[in-house]
Amino acid sequence: MATITTEGVRHVANLARLEFNDEETEHFTEQLARILDYIGKLNELETDDVPPTSHIHPHQIFIMGSQEGAAHVAKPDVVKPSYPREDVLANAPEPEEGYFGVPRVVDRSH
Amino acid sequence: MLYELTAHALHEKLKNREITAVALVESLYAHIDAVEPHVKGYLTLTKDLALEQANRADAGFQKGDEMPPLAGIPIAIKDVICTRGVRTTCGSKILENFVPPYDATVMTKLHEHGVVMVGKTNMDEFAMGSSTENSAYQITHNPWNLDTIPGGSSGGSAAVVSADTAICSLGSDTGGSIRQPAALCGVVGMKPTYGRVSRYGLVAFASSLDQIGPFTKDVTDCALLLNAICGSDAMDATSVDVPVPDFTQSLINDVSGLRIGVPKEYFTPALDTEIADSIHNAIAVLEDLGATVEEISLPHTEYAIATYYIIAPAEASANLARYDGVRYGYRNDNPEDLITMYKKTRSEGFGEEVKRRIMLGTFALSAGYQDAYYKKAQKVRTLIKSDFDAAFEKVDVIATPTSPTPAFRIGERTADPLQMYLSDVMTTPASHAGLPGISVPCGFVESGLPVGLQLLSAPFAEDKVLRVAYTFEQNTEHHRQKPQIQTNGAA
Repeated sequence: MATITTEGVRHVANLARLEFNDEETEHFTEQLARILDYIGKLNELETDDVPPTSHIHPHQIFIMGSQEGAAHVAKPDVVKPSYPREDVLANAPEPEEGYFGVPRVVDRSH
Repeated sequence: MLYELTAHALHEKLKNREITAVALVESLYAHIDAVEPHVKGYLTLTKDLALEQANRADAGFQKGDEMPPLAGIPIAIKDVICTRGVRTTCGSKILENFVPPYDATVMTKLHEHGVVMVGKTNMDEFAMGSSTENSAYQITHNPWNLDTIPGGSSGGSAAVVSADTAICSLGSDTGGSIRQPAALCGVVGMKPTYGRVSRYGLVAFASSLDQIGPFTKDVTDCALLLNAICGSDAMDATSVDVPVPDFTQSLINDVSGLRIGVPKEYFTPALDTEIADSIHNAIAVLEDLGATVEEISLPHTEYAIATYYIIAPAEASANLARYDGVRYGYRNDNPEDLITMYKKTRSEGFGEEVKRRIMLGTFALSAGYQDAYYKKAQKVRTLIKSDFDAAFEKVDVIATPTSPTPAFRIGERTADPLQMYLSDVMTTPASHAGLPGISVPCGFVESGLPVGLQLLSAPFAEDKVLRVAYTFEQNTEHHRQKPQIQTNGAA
């Protein structure tokens, strides 16, 4: 298994929408490398013929029906009441006219 | 004192009208005032709500209604479970002001049983940790020795039951977050089979592992709480539609004929020798009571931590993508654009351990690494599960230590994340296999700190775990010991 470099940490941080200063980047690189080194012990095991487990009850239903032999269970397509808009917006940092406000994404002048 | 009693003992008193639920709440809060400044198990106390709920229970008892066993019983809730109208922080700054507009399914069920909510308990941020030191708010102290940690991530829920500042509580267990703190605080803690309890309203950490479960003062209370919270739920597609038995029927003081397996891989040199002695003594007690004990092998045990620290962070990195500052929670004050808002909000709102796990999980799922890490871990998860499947062909219950060491000192492992991760070495294997597991008090080390015995069974065989735990408890006194909380020191 590969290890991780400061470059890699910067790349992963961007994917995860996190940002670190140089000192934090060094710190995380060091710690993640050590953890990944420990995780490398999984390579001691031969697993080519082992199926992966994504869910521990294989008989259990999935919306995606991804597991072998899993039954499809669909819910009836019935509209049910949801939470009142004002209750949901009560937690929003910047509610605006009944919506979630965010910094402008589209420039109106174009 | 009333607050020292179990839920089932209090139910008798409430039913016979010897006490009122309101008097119980007052007694409990007086005790909270005295010891909570030292233990710091709660993030939010809900006394007004508790009194309102207690009044309602009293009205039912006064009318002579048939009241459920948990009616009027004060319970504390881990702050990762959504409580309608009551702040739910997950121990994180990013949810400092989050007030859920809905109740988790377990809360709806508990309210139908007429419980009294005492408050919300402290935890490692987003349930990531083994000591509760990762809370953004405060450090919870182990009631048995205030200089030590209560375990984690449900450290607050374990500590308040141990300190008698709640009669019982709910926690959540992803890799051991109920069982390990229960062991370290000397209380009963149980993770039911994955899928037994609805996760709706449980703030997601690692969805293929997370499960809600109880902390109690004895096994009888554990069965009562399981009766209240188990069952499939249309709001959680991973909750399993299997019949829920009356778990109190499993409270049988007899283990004769039951086969108990002791996996040799759990007794490594890393296991504290006093804990090993305590576990061997507990197993000898069960053997004397008629159980058949045999050594078994779970050969992939040593890979459980490495597997866990891929799967759990990977799932967490996806689950925690929702904290973007748009719909709820903290938002950076003055972002220049949307992407900057995401980055600054998340970097300022999350603590270090959460960031570390998001990074680890994002890396394990990133292009070029997914097969080597995430898929590899899922394959090893299959091997770990197969070990248990084979073992349960031969034995009914597996007995192990819950934690390799007693409670460690505050600050002892915070500098070294890997060392902290290894605290979960005894609990993560069963999590991978989705097994039910309980930790029951089974003794003390010389320094006075409690030791927990972990009992595991095949999926949905909670009855066997409860039966062995109950028999052990009925024939020992460890669970009756109470900590002497040092309230004379600085609060």
